[in-house]
Amino acid sequence: MNAAKSKSGDFLLAVEGLTVSFDGFKAVDDLSFYLDPKEIRVIIGPNGAGKTTVLDLICGKTKATSGSIKFDGKELTKLKEHQIVHSGVGRKFQTPSVFEDLTVFENLEVSYPKGHSVMGALGFKRDAEVIQAVEEVAETIFLTEALNEPAASLSHGQKQWLEIGMLLIQKPDLLMLDEPVAGMSVTERKKTAELLRVITRDHTVLVIEHDMQFVGDIADRVTVMHQGKVLSEGSIEHVKSDPKVIEVYLGH
Amino acid sequence: MNSSSPLKWFATREGLYYVALAVLLVVLLPLALDPFRLNMVGKYLTYAFVAIGLVMCWGKAGILSLGQGVFFGLGGYCMAMFLKLEASTPEATAIQSTPGIPDFMDWNQLTELPWFWEPFHSFSFTLLAVIGVPVLLAFVIGFAMFTRRVGGVYFAIITQAIAAILTILIIGQQGYTGGVNGITDLQTLNGWDIRTDEARTILYFVCVGMLFLCLFVARLVQNRKLGRILVAMNAQENRVRFSGYDVAAFKIFVFCLAAAFAGVGGALFTLIVGFMSPSFIGIVASIEMVIFCALGGRLSILGAVYGALLVNAAKSGFSESFPELWPFAMGALFIGVVLAFPNGLAGLYQTYVMPLEDKIFKRNKGAKLEAKPAEKAAEPKPTAEKTPDYDPMIDSYSPEKS
Repeated sequence: MNAAKSKSGDFLLAVEGLTVSFDGFKAVDDLSFYLDPKEIRVIIGPNGAGKTTVLDLICGKTKATSGSIKFDGKELTKLKEHQIVHSGVGRKFQTPSVFEDLTVFENLEVSYPKGHSVMGALGFKRDAEVIQAVEEVAETIFLTEALNEPAASLSHGQKQWLEIGMLLIQKPDLLMLDEPVAGMSVTERKKTAELLRVITRDHTVLVIEHDMQFVGDIADRVTVMHQGKVLSEGSIEHVKSDPKVIEVYLGH
Repeated sequence: MNSSSPLKWFATREGLYYVALAVLLVVLLPLALDPFRLNMVGKYLTYAFVAIGLVMCWGKAGILSLGQGVFFGLGGYCMAMFLKLEASTPEATAIQSTPGIPDFMDWNQLTELPWFWEPFHSFSFTLLAVIGVPVLLAFVIGFAMFTRRVGGVYFAIITQAIAAILTILIIGQQGYTGGVNGITDLQTLNGWDIRTDEARTILYFVCVGMLFLCLFVARLVQNRKLGRILVAMNAQENRVRFSGYDVAAFKIFVFCLAAAFAGVGGALFTLIVGFMSPSFIGIVASIEMVIFCALGGRLSILGAVYGALLVNAAKSGFSESFPELWPFAMGALFIGVVLAFPNGLAGLYQTYVMPLEDKIFKRNKGAKLEAKPAEKAAEPKPTAEKTPDYDPMIDSYSPEKS
């Protein structure tokens, strides 16, 4: 325990020996990796490699069978989902999950990190501070014009941005994005890359992505997963030239 | 909500709907109906409390409870126990082998008052219990279910089972509960005879007052961030959870709120009707309550009031002429509502009547929209611009109804 602690001291996120098995099938198998503060890490790998499961484990959606996830010195595997959010981890899902019945403004407002208890939500007031925070985030995610539109009327790409915005307004230290550009047009992709660059100025980001060009654009380091394990890790050039990676992922 | 003067609110479109309901209940019906019929309307209105709770719990938050009769019944029984104790003075029950206990206990060879009846000598305790007992049970059920993530159909079935259990328990424990006959022959409330026409009229107005209080509370909840989270939770539970909210706590809250409303309704039912029996709390009664809510419009707290009134009025009218056909008519009504207009009367009103209103009030409309703060997404009757809000909810509901 002490060794792990000293080791994870310098990292924002330290995942060690993480394993989860579903009825004997190990979706994630003795996985370890470390994130530095302000790092952009991209996880790539073939379908079924366990990428999304790793994010599920970190944000508490799935409970680990064994192993540890240390975030900012806190052990996340013991916390409930909303407590993990409160400790500074934000998660974006693969399919855009925004509140379609609410307006863009309300979507961001609901995500504002205040009034999280039942009574807090009853007493929550839309004060100048909240409005300012919402407007700032709306500008970052290119949705200033759409603040009063219902989220249901947004395009697919805009919904993805909105969900990213809903994470940003929580002011998390770690942002986890699951395929943020999937299904986006070329222009939207470019804008998203731009958005991620802005975000990474003051966040640590963990991204799952398939688009290798996009990965090359944004990643500090890349972790390649295969069958629940780390296959290769390093710079984009390093993993691209790794024969094992070419064999299982890039080669075809 | 943010309007400078509370009086101005009554001139807004939403305010006018409330005024219209108040005029109907406080002025028109009392003038038009004799005390007997008015008393019947009062009885229908007690179901509106349950329907408002169901709008919050089922319509907004997506938690379908088929056991609201349980909470209605608990509130009703609490009140009935108090009234029964008051009616069972040693003088009034002198002919019993044990004077001073309720008659049905005497018939069942009980010789002293059971311990859980004792506190119901106190009126203030009873008032607390009318809300407290249903809320406590709702909390226990909610805590057990929602922290384990039991939801949807499973939750509906469990609530249904609880309704069955409570009915069987009450019928089985005749000596303690009055059994299948319920608690009858209730006479006075703190010495005030509740059986006279005058008393019944007063109770009707008390019921209307309490109804508006409940509407106010429900409206407060739905217009706050809390209300938006309930709606959000319904469609995107995980997103709410990963926005830092303890989803189970919110579900428990809204389930308890619905139980509190139902309990108040049940207590008023006992006062207005003059007795309480297991037939009002069982499975059939509980499902009927869901129909009131569905017909009125499960997203509209005002719709729920009209739904409760209309279905009950139809029930009385129908069962006076063809009693055996009523269950079929009710079933057909429910299927019809679900298939043809899933948002009930409120949905129909919104689609067909509101555009007409828009035409009539065109001149005022601009000003009113400005006055309306943007935070009212969970409006029971949103303005035309907000109609798209409802469509996704219809989709997200359809699997639950099948």
